[in-house]
Amino acid sequence: MTTRDIDVTLPRETHNDRTMLGMPTVPGRGNLREVAPFQEASAHESQNVQLRTNLRNATHSIQDKRDQRVAEMPDWEQLRDAGEAIKSDVIARLPELLEQFEAAFTARGGHVHWARDADEANDIIAGLVEDNARVNEQGRRDVIKVKSMATQETGLNEALADRGIDALETDLAELIVQLGNDLPSHILVPAIHRNREEIRRIFLRGMDDVDPDLDSQPAHLAEASRKHLRRRFLSADVAVSGANFGIADTGTLSVVESEGNGRMCVTLPKTLITLMGIEKLLPSFGDLEVFMQLLPRSSTGERMNPYSSFWTGVADSDGPENVHVVLLDNGRTRALADEHGREALHCIRCSACMNVCPVYQRSGGHAYGSVYPGPIGAILTPLLTGVDEAENGTLPYASSLCGACFDACPVKIDIPTMLTRLRAQDDEVNHGEKIPRTQLDAALKGAKWMMSDGRRMNLIGKALPIAHITTPSEGMTDLPGIGGKWTGTRDIPQPPKSSFRSWWKDNRDE
Amino acid sequence: MKIALFATCIVDAMYPEVAIATTRILERLGHTVSFPERQACCGQMHINSGKFHDAYPVVRNHVLAFENAAWDYAVAPSGSCVASLGHQHPMIARYNDDESLAGRAADIADRTYELCHFLTDICGISDAAEALGSYFPHTVAYHPSCHGMRILRLGDRQRDLLASVEGLELAEIQNESECCGFGGTFAVKNPAISGAMLGDKTEAIVSTNAEVCSGGDVSCLMHIGGGLSRTRRLIPAESNAPATVHLARILASTKEEPLMVPAEGATVTGGALR
Repeated sequence: MTTRDIDVTLPRETHNDRTMLGMPTVPGRGNLREVAPFQEASAHESQNVQLRTNLRNATHSIQDKRDQRVAEMPDWEQLRDAGEAIKSDVIARLPELLEQFEAAFTARGGHVHWARDADEANDIIAGLVEDNARVNEQGRRDVIKVKSMATQETGLNEALADRGIDALETDLAELIVQLGNDLPSHILVPAIHRNREEIRRIFLRGMDDVDPDLDSQPAHLAEASRKHLRRRFLSADVAVSGANFGIADTGTLSVVESEGNGRMCVTLPKTLITLMGIEKLLPSFGDLEVFMQLLPRSSTGERMNPYSSFWTGVADSDGPENVHVVLLDNGRTRALADEHGREALHCIRCSACMNVCPVYQRSGGHAYGSVYPGPIGAILTPLLTGVDEAENGTLPYASSLCGACFDACPVKIDIPTMLTRLRAQDDEVNHGEKIPRTQLDAALKGAKWMMSDGRRMNLIGKALPIAHITTPSEGMTDLPGIGGKWTGTRDIPQPPKSSFRSWWKDNRDE
Repeated sequence: MKIALFATCIVDAMYPEVAIATTRILERLGHTVSFPERQACCGQMHINSGKFHDAYPVVRNHVLAFENAAWDYAVAPSGSCVASLGHQHPMIARYNDDESLAGRAADIADRTYELCHFLTDICGISDAAEALGSYFPHTVAYHPSCHGMRILRLGDRQRDLLASVEGLELAEIQNESECCGFGGTFAVKNPAISGAMLGDKTEAIVSTNAEVCSGGDVSCLMHIGGGLSRTRRLIPAESNAPATVHLARILASTKEEPLMVPAEGATVTGGALR
C-alpha cells in the first residue's frame, strides 16, 4: 500500500454518521474482537474476588500517583488543550504528514513499509526477520521485543511462531503474560491482574533457567527475569518494537519506558523493525515537549519516565545498521472516516482512563475481548473493527457514562459522548426501527410515547394510587423479566400516592 | 424572578416531594414559580441507550413545553437532567436534521439551572440556614453525582449548601466521587458490574454511620436507596443503613416544618425518606 491508498478526504456529515464517501474501509483484524458479549464476560470476571482485589489495589495506587503529579502542574489544562490541538492537526493532515515522515525516514537510511491490516503487517515483519536473523540450533529464529500494543493488536507473536520465529517479550509484565500463556489485561500494566505469588509460579513453570527456590519477593522476581533476558539481548540479531511517537519532519521514532529493556532492544541488535500505527505521528520534534509532560504523568504517575529512546535512521558504528518501520492502518482509516469517532485516534495509550474507570476496576481487561480494554477500548475497538460486527456491539454499553475517563484523558478525548454515539450506531445497525428486539427496546418504545407529551404523563399519575397500594411498603424486591435485572441486587421503592403533576393541579393551579 | 420548574419525569412520578420542596424553596425566596405542563422528560434514558431517533420527539417536547412559557430561569432538582439539556439536546436535534431545534434547545439549556447552582450563582446564597431557614439536625452522608460533578462542574456548591444547614453534620463517603453504578439503562444492561459498583458504594455509606444519605439526583438516590434497602432487609447487623433523601428536602426543612427522620428500626418506605 502507498500513501495514495489512504484517501482521507473528510466525508460530509451524513444522517447516520456511518456513510463513508471515498474512504477505504479496511476493518481492523487481529486481537481486536470480543469473543463473548461484554455483559457476560464481565459478569464472570467480576466474580473473581482475587482479580477484583488486585485490580482495585493497583488502579488506585496508580491513580493516586497520577493525581499527585498532575496537581503539581499549574498549566495542566493548557497542556491538555495543546495535546488535543496537536493531535487534531495530525489527524486532519495525516496523509501529508505520513509522506513527510516517509521521506525523512528514507533519507536517513531507513526503510518504510505500509500495511493495510494485521495480516499484511505480520507478513512484512516475518519476511524481514527471515532475511535478517540466523537460524538457531532448534532450526528456529529468535527476535527480542519491546513492549508494543500495535504488535499485540496484530497478534504478531503468534503469526511469527507459525513461521518458525520465537519472539521474546522483554518488558517484565509482558514477559509474565507471555510465559503464562495469558493475554494482557491493561495496556500499561499488562499483568495487573496477577499478584506476586502467581508471578512466581508462572516463572517457575515458564523459565528454563530459573532458580527452583525462587520466592515471591519483588526484587527476586525482577532479578530472575533480568538474568533470563540478558543472554537474549546480547545474542539477538533482530528486535521488534512499537513506537510512542513518530516525528514527521525529522523521521524520528521513539519509545518511552520504565525498565531499560526496550533500550537494550533498540540499540543492541543489528536489525530493528518498528510497527507503528499511522496515527502516532507528531508534526515536529518540538511537539514532544507537550507529550513528554502529558504521557508519563498520566500513565505511570511519574514526572518523567526513566528511559526515553529516540532514533533517526542509521549511523555508522552506532546502534542498528538496518532500520525498518511498518506503518499500520488496521482499521485506523475506518475510524478516521467516522466524523465523531476520529477523535479516538488522538489516544496516546497512557491508560489513565482505565485506571479511573469504575467498570474496568471491577471487570478487568479480559472482559473487553480486545487488546484495548477500558473506556478507550470500548470506543476504539468498535471504531477499528466496526460496530456492525455483532460481537463488538456490547462494548459501547460497557460504561455508566460517569465521565471520569474524559476528565483523566490527557488529550481530552470525549469518551462518554463517543460511547453514546456508538450506541446509536449499534442501535441503527443491530436493533432496527420497527420491531423491538429486546424487552428493553420495547420498554423504551413505550416510554418514548409517554415522554414525548406531558399530557400523557397524567396517565402515570392516574396509575399511581393503585401502584402505591399494590406495592408493599418495603418496595418491589423480585420483579420478573428485565425488572429482575434491577431487583437482583436492589429494591425499587414503593411509588407515591400521587404525582407532582397532581399536587400542582390541586395546590398551585388557578 | 419568574422561575419555570423543570420537575423531571422521575421526580414527577416517583418523588413528588422533591419538586414540592423545590417549589417551596424558590417561593420562600420570593420568586414566582410556574410549571409548564407540557413538560415530560429530558430524554436522557433514550439518548444514553443510543435511541437517537426515539429521543427526538422527547427533546422536541421539552423545547416546546418551555419555549411557550414566560420565564427568566428554569430550575430542576437534578444535575443529570440539566446536563442532558445542554450536552445532548442540540446533538439529538442535529442528528435528526433539525438545526432550528438545536438552537432553540441550546437557548433553553443556557437558562436552565440545577437547583443548588441556581441558589448559589444566581441568588447568591451561601448560607442556607440564614437565607432559607434550613434546619436539619442530623448526620448526612453526601453523594456528589457524576453529571453534576463532571458535566455541570458544580464543584462544592451542593456540599457547601448542605453544610450551611443549621444542625446538619456532613459525613465523608470514602471514594465519594466514584459512580454509584446507576447509569440509566446501564443498571439493567450490565447488572453484575452495576451491582458490584453499588455494593462498594453502599458499604462506604453504611460505614459513615450517617442517619441519611443525600445528593442532588433522585435517580442515583433511587439506585443507592434500593441497595441500602436491600442491605437493611437482608443483613440484620446493618439494619440502620440510612435512607436516601434529596437535598432539596433538607434545604426546605425548617424548625417549623421539619423533615422527620424515622427512629432506628422503623420502616422507611421505598428506600427513600417519604
